[in-house]
Amino acid sequence: MDAARDELRGVPHQVRDRVTGEVRRETMIINMGPQHPSTHGVLRLLLELDGETVIRCKPIVGYLHTGIEKNTEYRTWVQGVAYVTRADYLSPFFNELAYCLAVERLLGIEAPPRAQVLRVLLCELNRIASHLVWVATGSLELGAVSMMLYGFREREVILDIFEAITGLRMNHSYIRPGGVIMDLPPDGPRMIAKFLDTMPARIDDYERILNDNPIWLERNVGVGKLSAEDALALGVTGPILRSAGVPIDLRKDEPHSGYETYDFEVPVRTEADAYSRYVIRIAEMRESLRIVEQALERLAEPGPVMVEDPKVGWPVKLSVGPDGIGNDEAYLRHIMEESMEALIHHFKMVTQGVRVPEGEVYQAVESPRGELGMYVVSANEHRPYRVKIRDPSFVNLQAVPTMVEGGLIADAIAVIASLDPVMGGVDR
Amino acid sequence: MPVERYEGHLTGRTPEEVEEEVRKGVMLTTMDRAVSWARKQSMWPATFGLACCAIEMMSAGAGRYDLSRWGMELFRASPRQADLMIVAGRVSQKMAPVLRRVYDQMVEPKWVVSMGVCASAGGMFTNYAIVQGVDTIVPVDIYVPGCPPKPEMLMFGILKLHEKIRTTGTIR
Amino acid sequence: MNAAEIAGRIRDHFPDVYVARDEVIVLVDRGELIDALIRLRDQPDLSFGFLSSVTATDHPGKDPRFWIVYELRSVEHAHRLRVKVGLPGDDPHVPSVTSLFPTADWHERETWDLFGVVFDDHPDLDRILLPDDWEGHPLRKDEELGGVGTQYHGAFIPPVDERTMP
Repeated sequence: MDAARDELRGVPHQVRDRVTGEVRRETMIINMGPQHPSTHGVLRLLLELDGETVIRCKPIVGYLHTGIEKNTEYRTWVQGVAYVTRADYLSPFFNELAYCLAVERLLGIEAPPRAQVLRVLLCELNRIASHLVWVATGSLELGAVSMMLYGFREREVILDIFEAITGLRMNHSYIRPGGVIMDLPPDGPRMIAKFLDTMPARIDDYERILNDNPIWLERNVGVGKLSAEDALALGVTGPILRSAGVPIDLRKDEPHSGYETYDFEVPVRTEADAYSRYVIRIAEMRESLRIVEQALERLAEPGPVMVEDPKVGWPVKLSVGPDGIGNDEAYLRHIMEESMEALIHHFKMVTQGVRVPEGEVYQAVESPRGELGMYVVSANEHRPYRVKIRDPSFVNLQAVPTMVEGGLIADAIAVIASLDPVMGGVDR
Repeated sequence: MPVERYEGHLTGRTPEEVEEEVRKGVMLTTMDRAVSWARKQSMWPATFGLACCAIEMMSAGAGRYDLSRWGMELFRASPRQADLMIVAGRVSQKMAPVLRRVYDQMVEPKWVVSMGVCASAGGMFTNYAIVQGVDTIVPVDIYVPGCPPKPEMLMFGILKLHEKIRTTGTIR
Repeated sequence: MNAAEIAGRIRDHFPDVYVARDEVIVLVDRGELIDALIRLRDQPDLSFGFLSSVTATDHPGKDPRFWIVYELRSVEHAHRLRVKVGLPGDDPHVPSVTSLFPTADWHERETWDLFGVVFDDHPDLDRILLPDDWEGHPLRKDEELGGVGTQYHGAFIPPVDERTMP
């Protein structure tokens, strides 16, 4: 009798409790990840669902834990750059910059002005590249597949510039304590100028595709709201905090490397949803182009790019050879044939490196994801005593339950995409 | 990209292959060659991007270095529908059982490309947290070194894998 | 305010304050940690209401063995401060600050995971970066770096922490 009545109402009869006759309502616990096309890397989400609504969400991280911090304690200070640059692998220059600024503060030195301009130039190009990956993968996850190809197309141009300057497309160990390792190649300024000419039109293209697209608006407007108080309490920084109306940007508040001398704005919105974060990141790309233009003008005057102090500066002079970047012929001749002291000095500097006085320093920079901090402790040795990376994605992911709970499961994807987490930084 | 020249390059068959064919008979070897050709023509990779190498893998699938030339732009999320697993990135101890489980879920025939030095041998991270070489967990067909390897290096590795599949006899 | 001014402002309540490399560092006991953080947050000209990071350093053989480091920042005044708590090696307990700063949740879990420092009254003190059944706390100085020795061309290269520096 119950089964017949259920058939009429469209309720399958197995859903009724056999004893009491009431319709069962249960929540379902599902597991998203760690291998999942839409979770931005190896992030695992435990979701408790009632139908399509998320009741509880627990992010589980640690699937990319690499032990970078422990490894830096067993390597020299310069080798630490190579480790630290792979933490947040979409913004390698920022990792290197924070680490090198911390080491320079411990040493009590400052990089030469041209090196600082180069650092700012490359960091802002990196910011554009990182936001391009964000818009590419975020759009791919929400279904706008063409944006993926456009984002990566522009990024290839930036990676060509990086390859010409540093020799590598990703994870360059270019910024070292004391300056940068090499000056620009002869055609570097021309490549960057050409990029600056074409990029603004491309950003206009992206806005034309996405800004008024009804599907993009549906999926992003009003999704993933995080108020300013919640964001500050949870330690969230970067575009997410600025989308809630709090105008904190460490480039303006705690400037380093000459950022106070550049003319740029910090975009801030008040809606605190995923769409405003998208708008902020696109605007940040434009502002970064302005900074790159100003930095390029300052590079017209030549100068040293590594500090002169022989106990600190990297001894090897590099130049572009027939198969890429390698040792300078004149320098090799000098150390191998002309000067024994230079050879000994080169050997000691490359194998042991600089000895950094005792102390501890916390240095924060504004990476594309938020406040990237390095807490570096030295015990007067040739290698670090402790390097702690305060990664913005690690802290921003704590806000996921607040933003996701109460929404639909499809919105969870949009929320995580708007957070832009990079799991290498989360897990280190 | 360097291409290996071996005897039989122009006819498509090495002397050893010809001898093998004579042994097996014409019917089976033609089917053999057809099956191997079909298998390598459009392998679908499973999404197993972990770290920095994953970004280079995505670049390899994007516009400039186009994996779609070999029918491989379709990265399948479900391992049941994939036949190639490109392990791109460092495999931590916590991720190792997940890797093995995804590999087990893939249906035969399946191949594994270990992309980057972290997946091939632990890379620069010889420490407690990283599996020193993913070949301790799954059988690997091609190792692609680099940190990260340029997309062209990954494509070369995939072409080597195509060669390996093409020259593998599957029907006895 | 710059570092010297901040130090001058808080020296009455916090006797252990020093300034190094333009940073203010305050040493407190673990019993006074919560009160100290509340005072630093509520005083209007300081208003350190943003916790950037919580971490630890390990100095085996010294007393205190663990130093727990809290990086504080003020949103209104844009200045920074560091609070350090020293813990003995055989009793690494410290009160959790998640009631004041919810962001400390994952930072404290990571410090427990990698150092073995127990945060009392933490809502969910579990391992976060390492697998749940991992034994040991790797970032302590008496734990080895790990990794296997590599064989190459007949030569044997030991893991990194067993190699000698030139």
